[in-house]
Formats: sequence, C-alpha cells, structure tokens
Amino acid sequence: MITIFIPNDSAAVSIGANEVTSLVVTEASKRGIEIEIIRNGTRGALWLETLVEVQTPEGRIAYGPVFAEDVASLFESDFLHGGSHRLALGKTDEIPWLKNQDRVTYARVGIIDPLSLSDYEKHGGLSGLKNALGKTGAEIIQEVTESGLRGRGGAGFPAGIKWRTVLQTQAVQKYICCNADEGDSGTFADRILMEADPFTLIEGMVIAGVAVGATQGFIYLRSEYPSAINQMNRAIEIARANGILGTSILGTSHSFDLEVREGAGSYVCGEETAMLESIEGKRGVIRSKPPLPAIEGLFGKPTVINNVLTLASIPAILHHGAAAYAARGVGRSLGTQIFQLAGNIKRGGIVELAFGVTLDLLINEYGAGTLSGRPIRAVQIGGPLGAYFDSKKFSTSMDYESLVQAGGMLGHGGIVLFDESVNLASQAKFAMEFCAIESCGKCTPCRVGSTRGAETIEKIISGVDVPANTRLLLDLCDVMTDGSLCAMGGLTPLPVKSALTNFPEDFQGKA
Amino acid sequence: MTHHTYPQWSTESAHAILEPLKSTPGPVLVALQALQKEYGYVDPEAVAIVAQVFNVSRADVHGVLTFYHDLRTTPAPAKIIKICVAEACQSVGSRNLVAGMQKALGVNIDESHADVEIQSAYCFGNCALGPAAMVDGTLIGRATVEKLMP
Ligand SMILES: Cc1cc2nc3c(=O)[nH]c(=O)nc-3n(C[C@H](O)[C@H](O)[C@H](O)COP(=O)(O)O)c2cc1C
Ligand code: SF4
Ligand code: FES
Repeated sequence: MITIFIPNDSAAVSIGANEVTSLVVTEASKRGIEIEIIRNGTRGALWLETLVEVQTPEGRIAYGPVFAEDVASLFESDFLHGGSHRLALGKTDEIPWLKNQDRVTYARVGIIDPLSLSDYEKHGGLSGLKNALGKTGAEIIQEVTESGLRGRGGAGFPAGIKWRTVLQTQAVQKYICCNADEGDSGTFADRILMEADPFTLIEGMVIAGVAVGATQGFIYLRSEYPSAINQMNRAIEIARANGILGTSILGTSHSFDLEVREGAGSYVCGEETAMLESIEGKRGVIRSKPPLPAIEGLFGKPTVINNVLTLASIPAILHHGAAAYAARGVGRSLGTQIFQLAGNIKRGGIVELAFGVTLDLLINEYGAGTLSGRPIRAVQIGGPLGAYFDSKKFSTSMDYESLVQAGGMLGHGGIVLFDESVNLASQAKFAMEFCAIESCGKCTPCRVGSTRGAETIEKIISGVDVPANTRLLLDLCDVMTDGSLCAMGGLTPLPVKSALTNFPEDFQGKA
Repeated sequence: MTHHTYPQWSTESAHAILEPLKSTPGPVLVALQALQKEYGYVDPEAVAIVAQVFNVSRADVHGVLTFYHDLRTTPAPAKIIKICVAEACQSVGSRNLVAGMQKALGVNIDESHADVEIQSAYCFGNCALGPAAMVDGTLIGRATVEKLMP
C-alpha cells in the first residue's frame, strides 16, 4: 500500500486537485496498484498546486504543479516509487521555497491529515494545551505576554495585555471570539490554516478560554469560505467527541465549547465591534469604544477577540515556551509573520518567516516577480486599507514599526503585486468605492466622503481641473482620517494618498 | 450546468426552520441565513415571521436583512457566477474577466435576473491563483470566460 498526499485546500481544488485525485484513483486501479490517498491541506506553495506527494522510505517526494493531463505520465514514470519526471521536485522538505521558511504557527500545515487527531498529536498537537492546563490563568497569560505575540488581524495589539484585562474583569460569563472574517484582498492565511490544521485553532481558543475563565467561544467565519466552515465544524465535532471541547477538557474540571458563526458578505464586520454586533444577530454597525470589548464585549460580557493567526500561534508558544517565540523577530515585532504573496506573482502562497525580512526578499526571491513577467510597478501591503508602495520602498523591513515608518501598515500580512499595466488612480478610486460599499454608515466622512472621493478621482482621471480636484481629494482624505470612528473610513485615505504620493504620474489627467 | 432548485417559500415550512433556532443566542441573522439557504432568498413575508418568532421588532429584522450583502429578497436565479473584483484579482485581470462575462452572457454585473446573474465578490481567499470566481458555490482559480461559461 502506497500513501499519496493530494491537497484538499480550496485553492488547490480551484485549479483541479479533485480531478487529479480521481484520475490517480482510476489509473492506480487500472494498474492494480493499491494506494491510500490522504487529502492534506496545502503546504502553502500555491504556485506548485496541485502538489502531489508520495510517501517513500526516504520521505515524501513531491511532484508539481500537476494537472489532469499529467497523471498518466506520472504513473508511467513510476512516481509511486519516486521516479523521475518533468514535474519531480525531490523531497518536499528539501524544496528551498519551503525549507528556508521558519514554520512555527504553520508547523503542521500541509503535513498532517487535517482531521486526524492522532496525526495532530504525533506532530506536537495538544502539547501546548497540556502545558497550559498545569498553569494558572495568570501564568498562561504571563507566557503569552512574554512571547511578545501581537494581534495578527491588523491592529497589532499585544495579545497578553488584552487577555489580562478579560481575566481581571469579574463576570459570570466570558467569551472568546475568533475573528475569521479575513476580508482583506490578498490574504488567505486564516483560511489555509483552518482547512489544513483546524485543531490548532481550536487548541488556541481552548487555551485562551482556560486562561481568562471563558467557557464559550465563537468563530466568526466569512461565508466566502464554505470549505473552511465545513472543516471547522467537522473538527469541532471531533474535538468534542475526544474531550478537547466540552465540560471536562482533557479530563480536567475546565469546560469550553465552540460554535462557528457564518458571516454574510460584509467587510466591515471584520472590525471587532461590528463582528460582535453581527454575532449578536444585528446590523454590523461599529460600536464606540469605550467600553472595550475586553470589558463589555459579546452580549455585554468580557470578551477576548483575536484573529485566527493570533490564536493559532498560542499552542506553539505554550508548547515551546515564550522565549523560543520571542527569540524571533525584530524590535517590538516578535515571533513569525505568515506573509501571503498574492496578485500578479509568479510564486504565490504562504511564507512564514521571522519579522524583519525585507519586502524585496518576499516579492523577488520567494515571489520571483510578476506572473506576467513584466516589471513590478506597485505592491499593496495590508489589504484594501493598506498603502501602495513603489520600488523605492522594496528594502523596507517587514515588521509593524518599519512599515508604519515607510508610510504603510502590515495589516494581516497580505502582499499584492501589480505589474506595469496598473493605473494607480484607478486603484485609488477603487479604494474609495470599496469604502462606500462597505461603510457601516455611522460617520458622515466615511459614508458620504468615500462617494465624493471616488467622484473626485474620476474627475482627475478625466482631466477635469486636476490641481483643484487633487487639493479637494487631499482635503477629503484629511476629513476622513480625522472624522471616522474606525479604520474603514480612517484608513481608506492610506491607499489613496500613497498612490498619489508614490505614483503622481498617474494623477495628471488624460495623457 | 448545475442548477440549484429551491423549494417554494411558504410560511409553514419557514416556521419549521425557525423554531429550532429559538435557543440560539442572537438569532436574527442566523435565522435569515437559514431561510436563504432553504429558499435561495428571504421572502419579504419572512420579516414579520422572524420578528414574531424571536420577539424582536420588524424594523430590527428589516435592518439586518438590508445590511448584509449576502442576503437577497428576490428569488435566486438558476445560476450565480460570483467574480472576485478585489485588488489581488484586479492585478491579474478581473476587470477584463467581468467585461468578458458580461458580453458572453448579455447581462450586467450585479443586476438581478431569473436565469443567470453575475455578482461582484470581494475575495475568496484565492488571491495567489486569481482571477477567482465562484460558480454555484464552486471555487474556480485562474478563471477565464471559457472556464466560467455554462
Ligand atoms: C474595516 C476593518 C476590517 C477588519 N477586518 C478584520 C478581519 O477580517 N480579520 C481580523 O482578524 N481583524 C480584522 N480587523 C481588525 C479587528 O478590528 C481587530 O483588531 C482584530 O480582530 C483583533 O484581533 P488581533 O488582536 O488578534 O489582531 C478589521 C478592522 C477593520 C477596521
Ligand atoms: S468609519 Fe465608516 S465603517 Fe467605521 S464606524 Fe464610521 S461609518 Fe462605520
Ligand atoms: S482578491 Fe480575489 S480571491 Fe482574494
């Protein structure tokens, strides 16, 4: 019996992983070969999907990118015993693109069978939770604080400090809410983790619950991710059946349970207070702070809100210790970041590395430039509210502070490449239009200003009184920055102004 | 071509869907989503029913129904093609893909139709293999007009 791994990840499936799988089954049975197929998650090298791996005595041997038409020739080349083939990549673990990464949060992603608890434990799963169960809540939080872990959803707030506030707030009921709304264009790390290693997120949430004294959790997961929703629901059932969730976690007196709530196509519901409103079943309108959600959150109760990647980093921190995590990174950006290489890029996917690598390393060495083969003209970092950088900024160190200093922000770590066919005035206009579509409507500068902003950029593009309209646009940006309650309206000026500053030639009116 | 056919909206069957949700904390959005899953849309008659079952005002239910992009109040077409029009997919030609699909199908994006609709979407988490699209719930990477045509 030969074991073959073929990813079940949505991205892999979107370009044919299911067709490849059924052809492998057909070809094997035609040849009377007994095989076992494990549908793992993706390793993150999406440019190699469908990445087919064969278990051999020497380790897992990879072939990719495999398309349906390649399957017969793979069998002819005896790929089941690591035979040579045009698509052969050697041992998966030795592929430099993967080998040179520092996989901490993503340690198991693509390697294990996502819903096999025994696989999970064999690869270090549950060790963090077991360590946590031997500690007091305050001790767990101390560990998280010392690790330096900051929120991976965008704002970068230290996780330990948030947790401490929830721990110290007295209440009969507390909640853990995982923000899996992942609305930023160019990001998919939450999705891949939930599909490839869902127990890690569950373990992280249980640890958070044990630490702060919360017994109920919610995962707010966007409706655009049906496979991740399905996978998390199945993993929750398995966790419940095996005492990882429920009234006696791993046989202790701790209890914690978990429910997935599906989003409904609203970007602004990724903002934490809008998310709480949405979980409560209401319109996703932003709440004013204070009160902080850590004190009055879901249903008015103290609530930890963290991004998927923040919570999924917790098991590794509790397993290997805060010091090992904090030994990575630079300045106040400690640990690893899961960068997502997207857009017009040759080698897109997940790159997990310690903070402090250069943008250039990510887009040119890992990314290998654009898919079109034309020069990179612009890079947007941090989603639709992130800045557009030109090549002068490619030496920027990828950490929270350096990115802000360079006039941008890390956001959720998405990096989107554009080749020279991009027009930055159009991109700026899109940023305003997106804000108009997604605004929750509470503040006038965001609700109305975004529509005015899009109109003004359109005038600039058509060459109508360009200097006056550019001044008007900048004024509008200032009003939005100053007069918006949340970062939707407050940060939409970031892509707009960075486009204008870094690519002024695109704002000169009709050529 | 996969057609999804939905059962006819009826107040009796709607009640059967809503009753089990009575114990759900903050049920209104979940209830509307459940109705849309069943019938393909939320019938305007549902507003009063949801309000009554969960003891909230009609205005509240209507507010939720109109806030979320996913929820629709007109019957679903036989086929829904969602095309990602967010930045990462723009960088690999989603604007051209939308134009090509509009031409091929003779319908405009985000217009309602009985047979087929093209809808704009903002990210499916497939941003390294764009342009991304979803046809009746199936995600498609490196989408082209040929791949998306029924
Ligand atoms: C418009 C808007 C959208 C956001 N979308 C997300 C999102 O999709 N996922 C996420 O984790 N955080 C998102 N955030 C950030 C959250 O408000 C919040 O900071 C985060 O969930 C906290 O978790 P963390 O500390 O672990 O990052 C968004 C913020 C804004 C203003
Ligand atoms: S800035 Fe926009 S999205 Fe944020 S609260 Fe104000 S209106 Fe709502
Ligand atoms: S931006 Fe299109 S799938 Fe993410």
